[in-house]
Amino acid sequence: MTKEEAENERDDMLIDGPEETNALPDGFNANYLRIYYGKLFPHADIFKWMSYGNDGKHPACDKSYFGRREFSFTLENDIYIRFQSFNSVSELEHSIKEKCPLKIDIGPVYSVDPAKRHAYTQSGDNVFTPVERELVFDIDITDYDDVRYCCTGADVCLECWPLMTVAIKVIDTALRDDFGFNHILWVYSGRRGVHCWVCDGKARRLTNEQRAAIADYFRVYKGNENSNKKISLPGPVLHPFLARSYTEVLKGFFEAKLLSNQNLLSSEERYEKILEMIPDASVASELRGRWQDNKQSSMSKDDINVVRWEQLKYILQSGKQKVQGLRRCVEEIIFSFTYPRLDMEVSKHMNHLLKAPFCVHPKTGRVCVPIDPNNCDEFDPTTVPTLSQLLEELNKGGLRQDAESEWDRTSLGESVTFFRSTFLQPLLKSCKEETESSYNAKLQQSKNNLSW
Amino acid sequence: MEVVRSDRKSSSNDVVVSTLPLYRSAPPLEVRLEDFELFAMDRLRVLKGISDGLSRGKKPEEMENLAMDLWKANMRHLEATEGVNKDVISHFVLRLVYCRTEELRKWFLSMETALFRYRFHSKSSEAQRVLMSEFKLPYKPVSNAEFESVKDKLGQVARSMGQTLPAADAIFYKVPFEEVPELVAGRRVFIHKGHAYVAMNQVVSLVVTQFRSNLSKALILTNRKWTSTIREQEKDRLAPIVEALCTSYLGPDYSQPKEFAEISIKDIDQISKTSFPLCMRYLFEKVREDHHLKHGGRMQLGLFLKGVGLKLDDALAFWKAEFVPKVGAERFDKEYAYNIRHNYGREGKRTDYTPYSCQKIISSTPGVGDHHGCPYRHFSEENLRAALARMGVGSRVVEDVMDKVHNRHYQLACTLTFEAVHGSSCDAGINHPNQYFIDSQKILQSKNGSVA
Ligand code: SF4
Ligand SMILES: [Zn+2]
Repeated sequence: MTKEEAENERDDMLIDGPEETNALPDGFNANYLRIYYGKLFPHADIFKWMSYGNDGKHPACDKSYFGRREFSFTLENDIYIRFQSFNSVSELEHSIKEKCPLKIDIGPVYSVDPAKRHAYTQSGDNVFTPVERELVFDIDITDYDDVRYCCTGADVCLECWPLMTVAIKVIDTALRDDFGFNHILWVYSGRRGVHCWVCDGKARRLTNEQRAAIADYFRVYKGNENSNKKISLPGPVLHPFLARSYTEVLKGFFEAKLLSNQNLLSSEERYEKILEMIPDASVASELRGRWQDNKQSSMSKDDINVVRWEQLKYILQSGKQKVQGLRRCVEEIIFSFTYPRLDMEVSKHMNHLLKAPFCVHPKTGRVCVPIDPNNCDEFDPTTVPTLSQLLEELNKGGLRQDAESEWDRTSLGESVTFFRSTFLQPLLKSCKEETESSYNAKLQQSKNNLSW
Repeated sequence: MEVVRSDRKSSSNDVVVSTLPLYRSAPPLEVRLEDFELFAMDRLRVLKGISDGLSRGKKPEEMENLAMDLWKANMRHLEATEGVNKDVISHFVLRLVYCRTEELRKWFLSMETALFRYRFHSKSSEAQRVLMSEFKLPYKPVSNAEFESVKDKLGQVARSMGQTLPAADAIFYKVPFEEVPELVAGRRVFIHKGHAYVAMNQVVSLVVTQFRSNLSKALILTNRKWTSTIREQEKDRLAPIVEALCTSYLGPDYSQPKEFAEISIKDIDQISKTSFPLCMRYLFEKVREDHHLKHGGRMQLGLFLKGVGLKLDDALAFWKAEFVPKVGAERFDKEYAYNIRHNYGREGKRTDYTPYSCQKIISSTPGVGDHHGCPYRHFSEENLRAALARMGVGSRVVEDVMDKVHNRHYQLACTLTFEAVHGSSCDAGINHPNQYFIDSQKILQSKNGSVA
């Protein structure tokens, strides 16, 4: 490999670490970022959120709560500072404005102030330990490279982005209907994926074992780099969660969109990948035979991918294929191509860091804005506001002259409003209820103790 | 303190349901010093046997038989009451032995929990119900009306596991999903709005979760008592026995390289070819080839290398040299160096991380893009054969190895490989990659005789 090639490859390599942060492309530089943090970044909203009602006046509020949360900053000169903590919104805001981090990560709430953790490690007994953490999910388009042909690595386009949309739909529905969570925030990661924050009290208090159980509940993708069998759906019928995901989301998406979008069956190289997933060699070769012969049958106006898919389904599901493995095969193919691929490690452990919403991705300059799971089909990663666009809007005096805040003068306004009205306000309302009811329960208990 | 058995009165006097002790409090029995040690050794044999079985990847039913056989062979007493005494005493002695570090507690907790599970499962359903009520689980069976409303879904779950539909009078418990993580992880329950519907034949999970959490708390308390009083009080009598018991059975943890104190970077290539087990050899080749490894791979290989004797500075140099072509020096320092130092106990929690055992590696679940895990377990047959051929294993031995693999005796497969590669037997079997390494070096050094 030449040096240049190596350089190029750096841009779209597949890594699981935090995303690239060193090169500053056009339209992104520290000065812009400083203005962004000064005028647009919603410090107060982040503080409100991460306080979960503990910044209130209620006697049951835990004043130390926000101060035990870990923040970590990635700074411009390749400095990475972990275990930052703040005691108030002004401390947080001041520090962000002063340090102007390229990236802000949010960690767990610890048993003690993470900035003072060393004072505690001396006393033994592991007192410095995470006690609360949102349940988080990280889905990254780079993990789908074997099922998309339009892009590779960190690139995404409107042909492959719907894979993310499908992931949002499947996971969001299960989190709400199956697990009963209500306060869920989806965020565009700024470049190549989405993050999900589940913020209900009971989600934040899950143990690592319970987090792992949820992650495994979502896991169907059993493959690793060294075995072919990627999806395994054992049993004569699908679990209700998988069945629902399949009929409500995956099947329709695969047949109506992905199949043609990605031309999954158009060329030999591509259809071989699918034939490989059919466990019965004679069925596979029957299909192969047909497809090799009718290369030229372009008389039909129908999409060749769709035609071939129907043939495949017909053979696999027709009466003579009584073998269960073959009937299940259609489902397995669809799952392999469309089912969400989660980064399990991120969800399983409380102390994994995740990038804060409203950060700016240094490579793309795009803001990590919330995504509305109810309208995620409309989300277009290529039109997410960029840093330079926002500053331009500010300079021009804004989109709306009568705007009440700086956001409303820019296209970020919509995102901030969405964040507040659909996520933050309902969340804080239920935090308040929870605080009150737990306080009342405690009062009741102490009364009982007295009478006893 | 009370006698454990005395709080378990059976409802009728003539039928005594034989249940299990829950080890709520230490027995006020007089224990002779010899028994103290002997009983503990016998119980350890059982736990160790379970641990070995699990690491061989035995199926649940096989495990249950194994555990019951081990129990009979080591713990059964002619007289029932004596048997119960031995059970209780040996459990409490081992609590002392295994309360003292996080690692020890973890091992003991999972083995005791597994043992309890198998024993519970083998009891009559009447005894199971008595035990359930002893745990005072606050769950009520699902009402008829509710059962009707979810019947279809419950049937779907049952069939997804290849079981028959639940009968109309089947008993289900509705519990918060957090209480049954293993059922959630395996999608073996229907979950709706945060509640899991647990069938009567699954309550073992509920009980086991409870058992586990009680024991986990108790171990922390025991540890406190041990450090604050017992160790000092018993320093001439029990303490030496306790110390000896734990090392005699868990085997060394390999976190501190001892026998071949150091290796340097320049030897590592050579050594990886001669003395690394396949799992490490493969990771090592991968990092050389890809200049990257995902988190799971970095941990598995990194801790192994630490155990092998690579000093922190050398480890940093090694990983840096490998990663830099792909991620650049700045990113390496920023994102990866921290973790490496962490593994050596220099950052974050100041604990020393121990290299993974075979059992841990075999039970890991590598996903897309991951290269860690145990090749005997996680490779496809084809890839494994190729990898063995590359190690120079002859075709006859390869067949033997594959045979072990098919029977899920992964460590035995690895042992056969070891013997073939070294032309010398390995009677103890392979339990730990670092043991593989040490045994290999011993053989090579004795062959080379004079090599210093
Ligand atoms: S058996 Fe152990 S040492 Fe051998 S490859 Fe598997 S994990 Fe590695
Ligand atoms: Zn694309």
